[in-house]
Amino acid sequence: MPLALLKYGIQRKYKGNRYFPAAKPLRSAYDVVIIGGGGHGLACAYYLARDWGISDVAVLEKGWLASGNTARNTAIIRSNYLTPEGALFYEESMRLWRSLAGELGINLMYSERGHLTLAHTDAAIRTSRWRAEVNQHLGIDSELVGRDELAKLCPELNLSEDIRYPVLGALYHPPGAIARHDAVAWGYARGAMQSGVEIHQQTEVTGIQSLDDGSIELETDRGSISAGQVVQAVAGMSSELARMVGIKLPIRSVPLQACVSEALKPFLDPIVVSGSLHIYVSQSARGELVMGGATDPYPLYSTRSTLDFTEGLMANMLELFPFLENAKVLRQWAGIADMTPDFSPVMGITPVSNYYIDAGWGTWGFKATPVCGSCMAELAATGKAPELIKPFELERFSRMEQVGERGAASVGH
Amino acid sequence: MKIIDCPLNGPRNAQEFICAGEVKQEPSQDAAIDEWADFVFLENNLKGVVHEWWCHVASSYWFVVTRDTATERIIATYRPDEFFASQRQTEGADSE
Ligand SMILES: Cc1cc2nc3c(=O)[nH]c(=O)nc-3n(C[C@H](O)[C@H](O)[C@H](O)COP(=O)(O)OP(=O)(O)OC[C@H]3O[C@@H](n4cnc5c(N)ncnc54)[C@H](O)[C@@H]3O)c2cc1C
Repeated sequence: MPLALLKYGIQRKYKGNRYFPAAKPLRSAYDVVIIGGGGHGLACAYYLARDWGISDVAVLEKGWLASGNTARNTAIIRSNYLTPEGALFYEESMRLWRSLAGELGINLMYSERGHLTLAHTDAAIRTSRWRAEVNQHLGIDSELVGRDELAKLCPELNLSEDIRYPVLGALYHPPGAIARHDAVAWGYARGAMQSGVEIHQQTEVTGIQSLDDGSIELETDRGSISAGQVVQAVAGMSSELARMVGIKLPIRSVPLQACVSEALKPFLDPIVVSGSLHIYVSQSARGELVMGGATDPYPLYSTRSTLDFTEGLMANMLELFPFLENAKVLRQWAGIADMTPDFSPVMGITPVSNYYIDAGWGTWGFKATPVCGSCMAELAATGKAPELIKPFELERFSRMEQVGERGAASVGH
Repeated sequence: MKIIDCPLNGPRNAQEFICAGEVKQEPSQDAAIDEWADFVFLENNLKGVVHEWWCHVASSYWFVVTRDTATERIIATYRPDEFFASQRQTEGADSE
């Protein structure tokens, strides 16, 4: 082997090893155009080709591949939601996640750490018990644990009773996981491209028109494109895109910030979340603490970072892990979250025919990337929304049928 | 720290305020359910200049902020009566 390596080194004829196939020129018509090259859009493209044999597909991305929330999220994956509709949907995503790395041929560093949602009040204990009951009924691994169990699951946690919000117990979700978000996007992108899907970066959609023959005309900064079907998956920009085609959404765009600490020795195995303290934290494979909290207090389309955020977050972080007082914050950033009033997504058909929407993913949509891609692909291919996403259609708001996930989605991700 | 110029209390830290969303016209009591759903749930969520209800929490004082959601710049703050009077004026000017 070393000899072969030496020969290869001396020979100087190295085979190029492109990860992605070379990009093709932009055409003026496609069967399906997906707006937004984040995880959701790329997954949809991948499943369109894999499950439905539809590969005359273009993904249009105004920046670079997965430059939006996919690249900015804290990568927590779980299915212990509150409503049966939500829990079943996310549970199906977990099923897809488990075999995804093998299928896409890329290391997603999918790591099942266990997920703890701390309860500091009687009300929080009650919600945890409620969630555990709903989850268990649906076959999701989820239970309420007390302080003794918690001390074993997370010995580093401050379980003192002499603090403002002593920890009373937690909702424990053993399959809770984290994954390498960039790899998810790259894996789906490569898989889609290998089946003939085109991905066009630096291509911004600037206008949308629905024509009489049912097709959709898209204006872009690289010319106009005609599409048989359009799937919109642009996260924080959802309202702006939908406005172009005359659709009004139940969405506010609000920044969500996150940060990482310097690398520390591995000490934190589970993912720890506290709704009362508005924080969540996990330790990455390279030792950094990945930390986040609540969304910013008002809507905004700017991804600036604020000191208010880090100050507030760290005050609460030190309640749970006082020994971190000298740890340094290394990086901080923000993404624009598309927040809905019921903390559930907006997926499915719209008043415009052949225009499908995948939005309202707020602070919780990374975990849904596989199931969302698969369901949106089915919708675009058949024109019919799969049962799994029916409860999330835009129409639900005119029927006053919200899917209330506030108790399980806010802060918790 | 952002400073907001409260019409009642003068310049104060942004943390003393809450934002309660776009200024909208409430439908009449007997409006169709669609109109109510629109009022309750749907948002313009504009990237650009918006008018919003804000409240100074400590003094429970409600007022209107005109703000650019693309740049985070606060353009003006108004007492509600002042804001609606100026709205009526511009509407009047439009219809001429
Ligand atoms: C700080 C933070 C932490 C988060 N943590 C978690 C978490 O722990 N777990 C979880 O499940 N979720 C989390 N989320 C939410 C999650 O990141 C998102 O819901 C998810 O990534 C959305 O994926 P997407 O592909 O729909 O959007 P994006 O990845 O944002 O992709 C949308 C793409 O559309 C492009 N685009 C926009 N406008 C146009 C246009 N006009 N033309 C062409 N392209 C356009 C954008 O450039 C962008 O790349 C978090 C979000 C943030 C911001």
